[in-house]
Amino acid sequence: MDILETLKTILGDSGFAGFFMDGGWKNLIMIAISCVLLYLGIVKKFEPLLLVGIAFGCLLANVSNFFADGASSADALYHPELWEAFLDESSEYYHSYGHIMSNGGLLDILYIGVKTGLYPSLIFLGIGAMTDFGPLLANPKSLLLGAAAQLGVFLAFFGAIMLGFTGDEAASIGIIGGADGPTAIFLTGKLAPHLLGPIAVAAYSYMALIPMIQPPLMRLLTTEKERSVKMEQSRQVSKAEKIVFPIIVALFVILLLPSTAPLIGCLMLGNLWKECGVTGRLSDTVQNALMNIVTVFLGISVGATMVASTFLKLQTLYIVGLGLLAFGFSTVGGLLIGKVMYKLSGGKINPLIGSAGVSAVPMAARVSQIEGQKANPSNFLLMHAMGPNVAGVIGSAIAAGFLLAVFG
Amino acid sequence: MNEYIASAASDITIADAGITAIFGYAVVFAGLAVLMALLCLTGAYFKAKDKKAQAKQAETVAVISGSDGPTLIFKTESVSDTPLAPGSAGRVKLYDVPDKEAAMIMAIVADKMQKPLNELHFISIKEVK
Repeated sequence: MDILETLKTILGDSGFAGFFMDGGWKNLIMIAISCVLLYLGIVKKFEPLLLVGIAFGCLLANVSNFFADGASSADALYHPELWEAFLDESSEYYHSYGHIMSNGGLLDILYIGVKTGLYPSLIFLGIGAMTDFGPLLANPKSLLLGAAAQLGVFLAFFGAIMLGFTGDEAASIGIIGGADGPTAIFLTGKLAPHLLGPIAVAAYSYMALIPMIQPPLMRLLTTEKERSVKMEQSRQVSKAEKIVFPIIVALFVILLLPSTAPLIGCLMLGNLWKECGVTGRLSDTVQNALMNIVTVFLGISVGATMVASTFLKLQTLYIVGLGLLAFGFSTVGGLLIGKVMYKLSGGKINPLIGSAGVSAVPMAARVSQIEGQKANPSNFLLMHAMGPNVAGVIGSAIAAGFLLAVFG
Repeated sequence: MNEYIASAASDITIADAGITAIFGYAVVFAGLAVLMALLCLTGAYFKAKDKKAQAKQAETVAVISGSDGPTLIFKTESVSDTPLAPGSAGRVKLYDVPDKEAAMIMAIVADKMQKPLNELHFISIKEVK
């Protein structure tokens, strides 16, 4: 046995040899990026439940590129070329999940749940079961704040077109402004799956950065007097009203925009399970066990799409920039309508609750509460801000449904 | 930058994008405004129903008979105009239970159920004699 030859063969077959392959440095950069994301998730606690999974999925997918045959290796966890064939109308494997199932790696199979829109819909089921729409029912005007805070979605969409993105891509970038991770993943998975990695990372990073992004805009656009407004206690909402609510919303929104059916249908079903009082076990399962299981699959499979060939591009920087603009303008939209409501109500509505119309629940509502208390320590805005906050979830789903109807 | 813009396959003109953006924002606004109107209507219906039930309750004279004690007669108070405490889930009626004991019972129930107190709505607490 030639020991030296054997060692050479082992080293040649190992992933380490891939470091010196053409483009190997790009994979190393991607692995470094995944480590930065792991740091942000674990140390800085930026949406850790998803970001840690996304970062590790990215790491696993890019390690595969060092294998002997690169990403096409049978050992690779994610095969971008399979998905290119899946999306190529001229390919015999166009829209063939069977081809993916029989030839794909672990991450390819998990990614089917993103591509079909399964994971975001199941996440919405859990969100519905965890959300109390009582503050929204007590003050239905909150829906207007939730609508106003979608301003960033459409401005970022327009900005992306100006920068040369296609309609599908611009729609997916714009939805970052909805501040709703599952909605962004749902729409991007349908319209521009090649941008899923940067869009998901931008959406979840900015959601985590809301306490830093929103307060300067809130202070800039409101006066001390407006911020210190104490709002009256909302009325108590009856159980029957809470049960009827998901049925009305599901019927109305799905009939208005059928493309919202998976998201709104699941959101409202989850909420009905929570409120109806006879399905406690199901409500408990979707908001805990199912939510955690889907989060595991969603994070890791979204991370797998972050391969060097699609991520290390100038357009990733544009997406990050446009995402920040989208978040900022969504906050501004909510605040401006909040100011209009402040005027129309004779100073009874605190405009700070408008910024909670971006649907990052409950982070955005907490920011309104904190800023309100800074202006007036006896201010208690949290429950008032929860109304626009949950309205933002419905608003961003409608915005996504509209964009899907136009570009889907 | 210009090269990138030129190379990007844009399938929509800037004018079309502007119209789509304005129309999309209007659709979201209109959709949620109609939903708001629907919720206001259902809210008004349920509020009227609750008001009716409260008015009926206010007039009720309840009679509680103890097994070997004296018969207690009391009138329920209509407190609908009193504002609730911030974060409160509703009002609780106490029958022969001091406030301090009621607070203790509510705290124990919340602890046993592993739920925050402001998410529980206690309807009444009555001493069983």
